[in-house]
Amino acid sequence: MITSNRVRWHLGRVISRQFETGSAVRLELAVPTWPGNDAGAHLDIRLTAPGGYQASRSYSLASSGESTRVVLVVQELPGGEVSPFLVRQLAEGEEVEVQGPLGRFFVWIPAEPEQSPVQLIAGGSGVVPLFSMASARERELKGAEFRLLYSVRSPRDEFFADELAELSRTVVEIVYTRESAPGAGRPPGRLTREALAASTFPASLSPRIFVCGPTSFVEAVAGWLVELGHDPTQIRTERFGGSR
Amino acid sequence: MTVINSGFGGRGGSSDPRLPPGQTHVYDWPVLSTGPTPNVDESRWSFTITTEDQVAHRWNWSELQEVGVEDIVTDIHCVTHWSKLDMAWRGVPIDRLFEDVETSYDYVMVRSYGGYTTNLPLEDLLDGQAWVATEAEGEPLRPEHGGPARLLVPHLYFWKSAKWVRGMEMMPSDDPGFWEQNGYHLRGDPWREERYW
Repeated sequence: MITSNRVRWHLGRVISRQFETGSAVRLELAVPTWPGNDAGAHLDIRLTAPGGYQASRSYSLASSGESTRVVLVVQELPGGEVSPFLVRQLAEGEEVEVQGPLGRFFVWIPAEPEQSPVQLIAGGSGVVPLFSMASARERELKGAEFRLLYSVRSPRDEFFADELAELSRTVVEIVYTRESAPGAGRPPGRLTREALAASTFPASLSPRIFVCGPTSFVEAVAGWLVELGHDPTQIRTERFGGSR
Repeated sequence: MTVINSGFGGRGGSSDPRLPPGQTHVYDWPVLSTGPTPNVDESRWSFTITTEDQVAHRWNWSELQEVGVEDIVTDIHCVTHWSKLDMAWRGVPIDRLFEDVETSYDYVMVRSYGGYTTNLPLEDLLDGQAWVATEAEGEPLRPEHGGPARLLVPHLYFWKSAKWVRGMEMMPSDDPGFWEQNGYHLRGDPWREERYW
């Protein structure tokens, strides 16, 4: 459990960058003073222009644990101020200021004694903190049953495609909303309440549930979960769609 | 230790003086909450202020309206780096709700339907600084924005403006609420960037 560390500013250096999809980049930063972070946590990145102008944004971390290397995947938002720079321009070797680790509620901590299963539900790039939780679960020999339901536009838009296929301790189900993989049995389409019910732990198992995605997705999914009998206090949500 | 990102231009490179440090001007209204949106019907909504003597001052929906609403235009600042400027709100001033409240305690725990809590010093709620808001941008507050009623304390980060508000409890000390226990600053002044601890 890494939650006791105070939040502070750190200096990070880009170790590697690679395109995750056509419009998202995976950045690995070396942050020598980073105290580690829980799975599901995020950080703030602050950029400073040559004239002194600054802009800050929050990004979920795909990595967790006691490491001074952190990984994030940034989706480019059209018309955004920060994400196009991170996705298209930020170079290997360049430094950025980061503040964190942030977030002590939307996190999964392996050390917790945990009887009930854990259901992860992601919409689009909301998969990043949930992938972090599934990866943390992967490192534990024993623990709760995990399932991930991932709603994404098309196979081309999928994050962590290789890593998700290799998870052995999380059952992964992917719903393509616009375009399916060739030969897929199921036509593309938006997630429905019935499909959600069929692809997630039932309320009778009292799962802990983490939902992350755009607001419309989170509102719909969290509402359906309550309708399906899940305890609202067991449902933790995180939404994006704030500052561009 | 400021690092210059030489390829970063930002939007024009300057910002509105009404924006506190680290904030970005947005025109939409993002939604942030920690769990499902509770459905709170006006017919079963009420607001209660409880003192150290266990005296409860309670208003139902129509009683709240009778206290008298006022219109406010204000900027709001979210800890997740967005600010919305010149936003029109309608609500009942907290000053009016405290007119008959006798307390020697200086702090308040705000409680919401759904279980959310947030702590505030009473002096941040009085003197025209806070409201129980029922409308924003000319419309009744939508559920995902805290409808039917939320606290509005615009001079502090917006997690203090508790959605689905149902009451206030007087406290002798500034005990942390939900986010204040989960990493956010005890007071949350955006001009001092009191975001985290």
